[in-house]
Amino acid sequence: MADLSFVRKEIIPQRAAPLSQTGIIGWFRKNMFSDIPNTILTIIVGYFIISILGNILPWVFSPTWNSVSLTECRGILAELGRSGHGGGGACWGVIRERWLQLLFGFYPSELYWRPILAFVLLGLALAPVLFDKASRKLIYLTAIYPFLCFWLIWGGSIWFPVTVFSGFIVAYLGYVYVNKAFGSLAGVIASIALPVLWWLFITSPLSISLHSIMPIGSEAIESDRLGGFMLAVLIGVTGIALSLPIGILLALGRQSNLPILKAVCVCFIEFIRGVPLITLLFVASTLLNIFLPPGSNFDLILRVMIMVTLFASAYMAEVVRGGLAALPKGQYEAADSLGLDYWKAQRLIIMPQALKISIPGIVSTFIGLFKDTTLVSIIGLLDPLGLSTNIRADMAWNGILWELYGFVGLIFFIFCFSMSRYSMYLERKLATGH
Amino acid sequence: MANAKKQLQVSDEVAIQITNMNKWYGSFHVLRDIDLTVNRGERIVIAGPSGSGKSTLIRCINALEEHQEGLITVDGTELSSDLKNIDTIRSEVGMCFQHFNLFPHLTILENCMLAPVWVRKTTQKEAKETAMHFLEKVKIPEQADKYPGQLSGGQQQRVAIARSLCMKPRIMLFDEPTSALDPEMIKEVLDTMVQLAEDGMTMLVVTHEMGFAREVANRVIFMDEGQIIEQNEPAEFFDNPQNDRTKLFLSQILGH
Repeated sequence: MADLSFVRKEIIPQRAAPLSQTGIIGWFRKNMFSDIPNTILTIIVGYFIISILGNILPWVFSPTWNSVSLTECRGILAELGRSGHGGGGACWGVIRERWLQLLFGFYPSELYWRPILAFVLLGLALAPVLFDKASRKLIYLTAIYPFLCFWLIWGGSIWFPVTVFSGFIVAYLGYVYVNKAFGSLAGVIASIALPVLWWLFITSPLSISLHSIMPIGSEAIESDRLGGFMLAVLIGVTGIALSLPIGILLALGRQSNLPILKAVCVCFIEFIRGVPLITLLFVASTLLNIFLPPGSNFDLILRVMIMVTLFASAYMAEVVRGGLAALPKGQYEAADSLGLDYWKAQRLIIMPQALKISIPGIVSTFIGLFKDTTLVSIIGLLDPLGLSTNIRADMAWNGILWELYGFVGLIFFIFCFSMSRYSMYLERKLATGH
Repeated sequence: MANAKKQLQVSDEVAIQITNMNKWYGSFHVLRDIDLTVNRGERIVIAGPSGSGKSTLIRCINALEEHQEGLITVDGTELSSDLKNIDTIRSEVGMCFQHFNLFPHLTILENCMLAPVWVRKTTQKEAKETAMHFLEKVKIPEQADKYPGQLSGGQQQRVAIARSLCMKPRIMLFDEPTSALDPEMIKEVLDTMVQLAEDGMTMLVVTHEMGFAREVANRVIFMDEGQIIEQNEPAEFFDNPQNDRTKLFLSQILGH
């Protein structure tokens, strides 16, 4: 009979894993050549990738950076003996010549510093919202940024954005004093009614008279000179920043026990979701003027921003509602049983969790919204696609196609891919437990 | 549950008064003519088969469920549709749930500090001290900075108890606090509840832990089909049940 007892005398130290497990060879063996079908697939896909790149790369690397027209560019390529689809090479001259236009539209070139400054400040204003590590003091910049941005881009008297901004101060003061004097409901009503009255009747005469006393301002820029990516970012960021809070309120309204509030929210969401964005944009560009008092000049870009925001917030409301539905009922009950009122429970318990669940959907809506800004070209605004059409109508660049749309697509990709990466970072950061 | 707690004082002061209370879910009559008076310091165990309305009863006491008829008075405040009264009562009455319902996006400490800071308006520092005091009391101060998802079920339920205690409630409701726990974790939660009873807390406990009922409760209530069938001191209740339904129930749950 064999001896069953065994006592280990020394502990085996750790050894390095075999090379086939680690390093680049191990990775390839595991992921590319693990068995015969896998190896065959790797070879076929590898062949396709190489042949596609073999066609695209020579087209991309083409020495036409300095050409000033499509004809000249074709000439350069013909001299080099290159031909084929798309003339044997890209004509990058159009990007060199027109990239500023693609970025800023017809904004006066001596004032380019204004949108650039606005864009840099946008980064600073977003920092405290997006990242924990950013200085908390920047939040004040975030609060005034919309007005600052408006003034930087459109210019004109500084008193107009200042008086519009003071509407919020009026709202706050109204709430504080009326709340003290007449109770909380009156306070809430005052905080809504007073600023609306302020904006309707006081803002415009006050800013005009202030400007006549103290004319501070910069050169005003008409809306039809705005265009390119500046316009896309303006509409996109406005839509993104406003659609989330509006969407949250709509989602809560849809879940409310108050029948009228609920009906209004449901109707709004279903109506907006049932209508294509283009229709809404046409309403903004043509139909809305019929309903506005004659002679009132309501800026087209502003109207488009409102429509895009409303459109996105209807989708946002449904995304947030999905997050709310995913929360166990126990979370509401626990919040209730601790004595938290509705708004505190929403703010501290429900929304942080519901929004975290909805991050992928929210960011998808944001990305969709940002790409949908290109639809404004249909109502005549010069977004990057509208400008591309313009550029192609130029005699010098008549017939150019891939280079322009490729460039526009690349920039859009950079924006959208950054949003997507940010959302993944946020999900990792907010992960708790397990 | 080492020694019997029968000698604990029950005062004459009324903590909860329920008079002729009825509740319907749609057309289903879940609670029928409930009359119950709970004095301060009482430890009441509510038992009964599932669907008998025992959870619904204690959930009515802090207005998680709405009742349609009758009066509920908690600590002298009448429970009506007036939101102010509901908030007052909820901050006086703590509740523990079967599934703990901790807030998973907050740490243990934040879970405990949230309600004192936002409802009672205590300072952060004070809330933190209170929270640590009660976390020590339920014997898990070392977990304060973890998230609920990193704790075992028993630990989570003890945190839930501590979270309720941080509001300094005068009454605690327990809705099957051990039903979702492994056997070895049940004891740590029951020990915490025993300790709470020793401190003189008024407690209403819906549970199937008959050992706990026998040792800690001063009164056991048996419910079936939405009504109170029988109530008595634990010893009498278990050794000498009167109603046939009670006898059947006890034989079924104590039979093995």
